[in-house]
Amino acid sequence: MVRLENITKIFSKGTIDEKVAINGITLHIRKGDFITVIGSNGAGKTTALNLTAGTYAPDEGDIFIDDSRVTRLPEHRRAKYLGRIFQDPLMGTAATMTIEENLAMADLRGQIRGLRWGIKKARRDHYREILKMLDLGLETRLKDNVSLLSGGQRQSLTLLMVTLSLPKLLLLDEHTAALDPKTAQRVMELTQKIIEENNLTSVMVTHNMQQAIKYGNRMIMLHEGKVQFDIEGKEKSALTVEEVVKRFGAELKDEALLC
Amino acid sequence: MLLSSFFRTIPISLEQGLAYGLVALGIVITFRILAFPDLTVDGSFPLGAAVVARLITEGVPPVYSIIAAVICGFMAGCCTGFLNTKLKINSLLAGILMMTILYSVNLRIMGRSNIQLLTVNTLLTPLENLDVNRFIPIIAFFFLVALCIKLLTDMFLHTQIGFAMRATGDNEQMIRTLGVNTDNMTVLGLGISNGFVALSGALVAQDQGFSDVGMGIGMIVAGLASIIIGEALFGKKTVQRLTLAAIVGSIIYKFIISLGLRLGLAPTDLKMATGVMVILALGIPALRKEKEGKLHLRGV
Repeated sequence: MVRLENITKIFSKGTIDEKVAINGITLHIRKGDFITVIGSNGAGKTTALNLTAGTYAPDEGDIFIDDSRVTRLPEHRRAKYLGRIFQDPLMGTAATMTIEENLAMADLRGQIRGLRWGIKKARRDHYREILKMLDLGLETRLKDNVSLLSGGQRQSLTLLMVTLSLPKLLLLDEHTAALDPKTAQRVMELTQKIIEENNLTSVMVTHNMQQAIKYGNRMIMLHEGKVQFDIEGKEKSALTVEEVVKRFGAELKDEALLC
Repeated sequence: MLLSSFFRTIPISLEQGLAYGLVALGIVITFRILAFPDLTVDGSFPLGAAVVARLITEGVPPVYSIIAAVICGFMAGCCTGFLNTKLKINSLLAGILMMTILYSVNLRIMGRSNIQLLTVNTLLTPLENLDVNRFIPIIAFFFLVALCIKLLTDMFLHTQIGFAMRATGDNEQMIRTLGVNTDNMTVLGLGISNGFVALSGALVAQDQGFSDVGMGIGMIVAGLASIIIGEALFGKKTVQRLTLAAIVGSIIYKFIISLGLRLGLAPTDLKMATGVMVILALGIPALRKEKEGKLHLRGV
């Protein structure tokens, strides 16, 4: 469904700081996949997500969504295919706008916006209904500014916004890493629930090996801009942290990954 | 003496405050909604005045002249937006460049450095010829204009495009991932803002009876001062409050200035006084190490 073909991305090309972030990656994401991506710092995880989302274009290779080439398509024109959640919980919502205004904007993902009212009365009941699912009491606070919410609440709201107009592919960029452990757990459970209920194809970058093993049907490890391994199905579900360390410990100099 | 100055300054502050309030409203759209520090204002204000003055003296009906002035202001704002988004010129520099270019453009439009409008029929002439105190119809007219523009702005900022524009200033990355071209939003917002500013320039020129190439100097600082005063009163929680703060703040600002002039402030020191006012308003929160007072701006 989404294909990265022989992608290479080099930062500061031709200077002394030249860095090959992605080195000839080929990856096929199939419909229904829930892929977890791990790798140490600088392995190219976030770069790979940015390339898929169109934040910048690759130096070589092509990206296809449903067989149409999107390699050079800017970020905002891929929006109707992609949903994205960032590590910073403040990145997914507009703080000075209200909860319902944020939801209404997500309602129109990838659509042409006009001079109709931003919020339709009929949708408001729907917003209230889906906010109940979060169990955070937000359904009574539709007109509160998002700046009044905590990081965990904002990240949950961002997840909910994805469900309003379902993307073909959901990109999660270490989206629980900046939250405290308890909140991170809640947000991760919500993520799992939303992905399952909507049968969303997703890619989740994580710094946490246990998380990468526990969730998803497929796991990819990146190292120095290349795919180190790509396992799925039974092999993936049988995987343990110890085994990964035994097989790839040499490359995993980053201890944070193992906890 | 103080009390009589106080009351005598009220009509003139209302008249000027409402007319200049549209400048503050324009600055709200750029500085507050888009978080874009747009300095085009100092050039687009006299641009509106220049266009209206030239066209009216050429015999074009005042209403059409004003429409032309607004369109010119809109285009000037779009140019600044273009310099910033497409040519990647820093937002402050883009505004300064346009402001400088507009100085020459305004001289070209007028053909000289000023045009007087006292002897020609302007949009305000019928109001001035009414058999009542001049202030009453003029203030009523400016009040209606300011109110209409405020309400239109409030409405626009609650449409789908309006939401996208507000989100562009608030969280550019977020709204881009939702499929909005933030460059277009920036250009459109700057256009609307400078359209308002040019409208203000066009009205002020007709009100004071002349257009002068130097009438825009310090306009951005005066507008900022107005917004700061207004926000101190109404806060900035909602769009409606922001736009109300701009108009009311502008009236109070003009009131303080005219009162100061009556009490002996030299007109030559006016811009310095305004500048100091803005420095104090922006600086005091920083000195107190408050986070909230900080102006959130893109590209600076």
